[in-house]
Amino acid sequence: MKILVAVKRVIDYNVQIRVKEDGTGVQTDNVKMSTNPPDDNAIEEAVKLKESGKAKEVIAITVGEEKAQETVRKALAVGADRGIHVKADSYIEPLGVAKILKKVVEKEKPDIIFMGKQAIDDDCNQTGQMLASLLGWPQGTFASKIELQDKSIHVTREIDEGLETIEINLPAIITCDLRLNEPRYASLPNIMKAKKKPIEQLIAKDLGVDISNRIQQLKVEEPPKRKGGIKVSSVAELVSKLKNEAKVI
Amino acid sequence: MPREAMEYDVVIVGAGPAGLATAIKLKQLDSNLNVCILEKGSEVGAHILSGNVFETKALDELLPKWKEQGAPVKTKVSKEKFLFLGKNKSLSWPTWLLPSVQKNHKNYIISLANLCRWLAEQAEKLGVEIFPGFPASEVLYKEDGSIKGVATLDMGLDKEGKKKEGYQEGMEIHAKVTVFAEGCRGHLGKQIIKKYNLDSGKNPQQYGIGFKEIWEVSDQQHQEGLVMHTAGWPLDNKTYGGSFVYHAEKKQIYIGYVIGLDYQNPHLSPFDEFQRFKTHKDIKKMLEGGKRIAFGARALIEGGIQSLPKMHMPGGLLIGCDAGTLNMPKIKGSHTAMKSGIIAAETINENFKNKKELSIYEDKFKKSWAYKELHQARNVKPSFSWGLIFGIIYTGLDQILFRGKLPFTLKHKHADHKALKPANQMSAIDYPKPDGKITFDKTSSVFLTGTNHTENQPVHLKLKDPNLPINYTLKEYNEPAQRYCPVGVYEIQENKFVINSQNCIHCKTCDIKEPSQNITWVVPEGGGGPKYGNM
Repeated sequence: MKILVAVKRVIDYNVQIRVKEDGTGVQTDNVKMSTNPPDDNAIEEAVKLKESGKAKEVIAITVGEEKAQETVRKALAVGADRGIHVKADSYIEPLGVAKILKKVVEKEKPDIIFMGKQAIDDDCNQTGQMLASLLGWPQGTFASKIELQDKSIHVTREIDEGLETIEINLPAIITCDLRLNEPRYASLPNIMKAKKKPIEQLIAKDLGVDISNRIQQLKVEEPPKRKGGIKVSSVAELVSKLKNEAKVI
Repeated sequence: MPREAMEYDVVIVGAGPAGLATAIKLKQLDSNLNVCILEKGSEVGAHILSGNVFETKALDELLPKWKEQGAPVKTKVSKEKFLFLGKNKSLSWPTWLLPSVQKNHKNYIISLANLCRWLAEQAEKLGVEIFPGFPASEVLYKEDGSIKGVATLDMGLDKEGKKKEGYQEGMEIHAKVTVFAEGCRGHLGKQIIKKYNLDSGKNPQQYGIGFKEIWEVSDQQHQEGLVMHTAGWPLDNKTYGGSFVYHAEKKQIYIGYVIGLDYQNPHLSPFDEFQRFKTHKDIKKMLEGGKRIAFGARALIEGGIQSLPKMHMPGGLLIGCDAGTLNMPKIKGSHTAMKSGIIAAETINENFKNKKELSIYEDKFKKSWAYKELHQARNVKPSFSWGLIFGIIYTGLDQILFRGKLPFTLKHKHADHKALKPANQMSAIDYPKPDGKITFDKTSSVFLTGTNHTENQPVHLKLKDPNLPINYTLKEYNEPAQRYCPVGVYEIQENKFVINSQNCIHCKTCDIKEPSQNITWVVPEGGGGPKYGNM
């Protein structure tokens, strides 16, 4: 069994996001970048399947600028066998990324594709679903537990009502929730070994798919600052303020 | 079972200016050497914080073509000011009356974090292996007492020290020579200074705490290349300190404040002194309407050569501010740190090739320009123990008239943690409330540092006696940790001493200033701590 894991390089979750002064996006100069957190869970799950003997090969793929390779390198350090970097110099929307992934899937023919449920930068939560649709494959999204069967997979999904377990046939796409597992730390010797593992580089615009963006971004701005709270002396005062000042009841 | 081990010719602890300079110079001298650097930050630069007005002397020696190679050293100092602040007024000191060490016309305003990132790229191109996110947590010794190498910290332990899912055992890095370049008050450096008595016969080390904020301001408020320093208000005559205001590229102002950790009043809050300083009319006008985009703090060395320990030991070298090579009157340490690293590399090279002892470091360092300037600067900081006014008068005579050549050396009398006076003997200080525009509270400030530590891990701020804070330090000194910690890690809640270690920004002030030396800072899990951008 072959597994493809899609990973994305995003601004580190600890960094306070700053909007560019001209409103064209957020500041990424001198900002710490990391692997999108649920993508770490995706890699972990794939590596676990390999360690248990159920999968033979784990391939990590990313789409992005030159430095996005670091994200693939990190996946290699925690156990992926080889990497693919699809080089793109500017932002590509989920549909474009899904089309690129489809192209690679047709060549690599994996049995399972793992990816994070969404990326913490644009929070689109679309790529997995779009890829499933383009490929005509079943999808198990927001997975917090998986159990591999012979020709199918049981996926427990984190949904509004609680947990839902579905069975889907392979090949399939699984998008991972943070609860799926506890990603491991890369060890020093494995980081060194990862430096020697191969990363194939492809160029996004040479893949023969339409990756043009369809959404026009008008403006990026910070949410309004929250006003400081006040203390009230009685319930009656609270109710009166909610009614007359905040006008919420 | 023994831990896994890797062998290197040289292992360097810390990817700051000193460690990176060592690595680069080593590979220039012998490209076959196996050199690695362990760095506790999640990436190179993440834990670097400095003013910084940069003197290129050491960089010129290390990488003479740094300009062509695109080093982020671009903004030349174009104008200088020195102000004495009173509460409502200021007195501008003519720059021609400044000692020459404080003149900066040939220097550059830089982000040291960015310079370190660039140096790391150069080092990697030469084949140096850099491992960010891997703190060296332990020194390893050979049976003969010499240094064998270091070990990295176990990853994936919970609060009680039990293994979590994903646990990863630390590993040993063995090397012919281990170079300690952790910066001021490195936690391994502290251990080896003690073990090998490196500070015997020296004065106690002196420290300061430095704050820095980065502001984005309007064109009208910004004069790229302007370097300004102040002394005086809001500090009293007895407290050593001052500010820096550097107008950097991209309409940014690097503004900061340094306070000597030998301050006496336990009620003093260095963080709040810095915030208050920004409300001075001459400072406020540069920031008003602008936006604070970064905040951080870090302890720094102020002791100079009187406190500089021996920098070599069997199998190891202690360099940069892990030893204490900062030049205080010059308010600069990056160039001397880098120079100490270059000399370390030359020493190691001679050790490998000609079997010379590492102790030749001593002589090589003493013959360098770095030592000369530290020698010339030696009497400035101690003279300020007589107060600001006498300190300035003395410094004027010492540095302008005699150029540091007076035939005596003033001493640092005691360690910083002994300087505090009991709380009931000193007056409380009433700090103004932050306005959220020019001045801020600790909570919003720590947020800007991006600091984080995995929640369920052993606390990395260790108390020797867990009852001491409440039983003694609170009563005697009103527990100054609540105030000297720049990000509010320490709190007294319902008569309990609370350590919010996940907020720690690795400044090391608690390890230095705790009056009974009851707090020990050790490295947390790799990748923890601040995520500084262009600090």
